[in-house]
Amino acid sequence: MSLLDLAGPILQAAIRAGTPLLIAAVGEVFAERAGVLNLGVEGMMLVGALAGFLSSFFIPDLTAALIAAMVFGGLAAAIHAYLTVTLRSEQVVSGLAITLLGVGLTSFFGRAVIGQVARGIEIYRVPVLSEIPFLGRVFFQQDALVYVSYLLIPAAWAVLYKTHLGLNIRAVGENPEAADALGVNVAATKYGCVIAGGALAGLAGAYLSLAYTTMWVDQMTAGRGWIALALVVFSGWNPLMVAAGAYLFGGMEALQLRMQAVGTGLSVHFLTMTPYLVTILFLVNASQRRRKSRPPASLGVPYFREERKG
Amino acid sequence: MLLYVVPLLSIALALLVGGAVIAAAGANPLRAYSQMILGALGSLHSVAEVLVKSTPLMLAGLGVMLAFRVGFWNIGAEGQLYMGAFGATLVVLQGWSLPGIGFLPTMVVAAVVAGGCWALIPALLKVRLNTNEILTTLLLNYVAILFVEYFLFGPWKDPLTLNFPMTKLFPHDAQLPRFGDTRLHWGFVLAIMLAAGFYLLERTRWGFAITVTGENPRAAAYAGIDVLRTLVIAVVISGGLAGLAGMVEVAGIQLRLVTGISPPNAPYGYTAIIVAWLARRRPLGVILVSILLGVLYVGGEVLQIETKLPTAIVLVVQAMILLFILGGQVLTRYRVALVREESRSVAA
Repeated sequence: MSLLDLAGPILQAAIRAGTPLLIAAVGEVFAERAGVLNLGVEGMMLVGALAGFLSSFFIPDLTAALIAAMVFGGLAAAIHAYLTVTLRSEQVVSGLAITLLGVGLTSFFGRAVIGQVARGIEIYRVPVLSEIPFLGRVFFQQDALVYVSYLLIPAAWAVLYKTHLGLNIRAVGENPEAADALGVNVAATKYGCVIAGGALAGLAGAYLSLAYTTMWVDQMTAGRGWIALALVVFSGWNPLMVAAGAYLFGGMEALQLRMQAVGTGLSVHFLTMTPYLVTILFLVNASQRRRKSRPPASLGVPYFREERKG
Repeated sequence: MLLYVVPLLSIALALLVGGAVIAAAGANPLRAYSQMILGALGSLHSVAEVLVKSTPLMLAGLGVMLAFRVGFWNIGAEGQLYMGAFGATLVVLQGWSLPGIGFLPTMVVAAVVAGGCWALIPALLKVRLNTNEILTTLLLNYVAILFVEYFLFGPWKDPLTLNFPMTKLFPHDAQLPRFGDTRLHWGFVLAIMLAAGFYLLERTRWGFAITVTGENPRAAAYAGIDVLRTLVIAVVISGGLAGLAGMVEVAGIQLRLVTGISPPNAPYGYTAIIVAWLARRRPLGVILVSILLGVLYVGGEVLQIETKLPTAIVLVVQAMILLFILGGQVLTRYRVALVREESRSVAA
C-alpha cells in the first residue's frame, strides 16, 4: 500500500470533518464583520442539528430538513440580534445565553429521538471530476453539502470584498457612525449578518446530524461551535483563511479519529483533547500577529444612533 | 425599585417560556411547576437538598464574580471545578493526610491550587500574549473534563466497581461531615463564610485594586496599582474558588471521583456564570441566586423522576432568565419621562 492510498481516505475524511467548522465559521465572519460577536454558535449549531434531524426523521425530504435547520439557527440568532442590536445588551452574555438555551432546548426535545437514525445526505460522485486520480476521491466523492460549502468560500469572499453590500457590512463593523452618515442602515445590516450567520450555523449543525453522522446525540457539536469562533479570529475575519483553517482542523480530527480506530496505544482521551489544545495554540498565534489581522474596530461595541456626533 | 422588578419579572417570564416548553412536550406546565416546588421545598430533606445544589454554585459563582470584577471573562469555571475535584482526589489516592486531622485540609489546598493553576493558563496567555480569554477559558473546560476522564477510565478506576468509571470510596476522614441525616455538608458553611469574606475583601486595599482594575485599568495603573499582577492573582483565586466547588462535590456528595460530578444537562460551572451575572457582582446576591437556582435544580430532578421530563428544562429556564434580564436592563438604563409638547418645542 502506497502512502497515497493511506492519505486518500484521511484527506477525504478531513474535508468532511472540516465542513461543519467551515460553514459555521463563515457565518460568524459575517456577524463579526458587522460588529456583532455571537458566542451562540455552539447553541445555534445544536438547534440546527436537531431541527434538521427531526425534520428528516418525520418528513423524508432532505431539502426541507436543511431549510428547517437554517430557519431555526436563524431564529436563535435573531434573539441575539434583538438583544444586542435593538436593546444594545452585553454581546458576550447574550451569546453565552443563546448557547445555553440551545444546549438546554435540544437536550430537552432531542431525548425522544436519541438512538434513532434518520435518512442522511448521501455521497454523490461528481461525474468526470471524481475520476481524477487521488484528488477526485478527496474532493469529489463527497455529499452535496460539501459541494455547497466549496461554493460558499469564494461566494462569501466575493460578497465581502467585491460587492457594495460587503463594503457596507465592513463599514458598519469598522465605523458604524460613518456608515450611518453615508446612509447605510446600520441596524438592518447587523440584523442581516447575525441572522445569516445563525442560518449558516444551523446548516453546519445539520451537517453533523444528517451527513457526518445520521443520528442525534445530546450535545453532538462537542465544542465545534467554539472552535469555529476561534477559527474566525485565526483567519483574520477572512473567509478564504477560514477555509484553510477549517480543513486543517478537519485533518486533525480525521487523523485523531483514525489513530483511535487503529489503536496506537495513545489514550483516547488525550487524542480527543488535541483539537481543543491546538485551537488554543491557534488563538495564541493569532494574537501574536494582531498588526496584520485585527478585529473589526466596533466588534462588541453597541451602536447608539441617538448619540451620533453631528 | 426597577432594580428588583426587572429580575423578578424576568424570572416570571422565564418560567412562562419554560411552561410553554413543558406544554410542548405534552405535559401540564402548572402541574409540573407545582411538582417542582413541592419537590424542592416540601420537606426539610428537600430544602437541605436545595442547599446541597446551591453550594457548588455559590463557590464557583463567587469565583466567576471575582473574575468579572477584575474585568476577566472567566467562562472556564467548569474546567476549574473538574481540576479542583481532580486535585482533591489526587491527595486522597496518594494518602497525603495530616496526622490527627485527616485529608480535608490537604484536599482543600490541593483543590484550590489545581483550580487556580488551571485558571492561571488563560490569565498568563492574556497578560503576556494578549490572547482573548473567553475562548481559551472555554476550550480548557473540554480539556479538563477529558483529562479527568482519562484518570477515571484508566489508572484511577476502582477494580471493584467493575466497569464504572469511578475511584474507590473516600475514607471517612476524607469526607465532609454532614448535618443530621441530610446530604447537606460543611461545604455549604464554607461557601457562606467565603461570601462573607468578600465583604471584608472589599474594605482592603487589594479589594479596591481589583475593582479599579476592572473598571478602568488605565486609572488603576496611574494610581500605582500593578494591573497585570492584580488581574492574574484575582483570576487564580477565581479558579481556586471554582476548584473548591469541585472538591466539596467529591468530598461532600459523591464521596469519590466519578464522571459527571457537575450535571451534564446543566453544568455548575456554566450556571456559575449566570449566578455571577444575576448577582450583580454582590456576594449576598451570589448566595440568594444560588439558592434560587438550587430550587430549580432539585425541582428539575423531582420532575424527571415523576414525569420523565428531561432535567434539561433547568438549563432552558436558566438561559431564559438570563435573556430576559439582559433585555430588561434596558428598562433600568433608561427612564420614561413625560415632557410637555410646548416645552419640548421650546427646548428644540
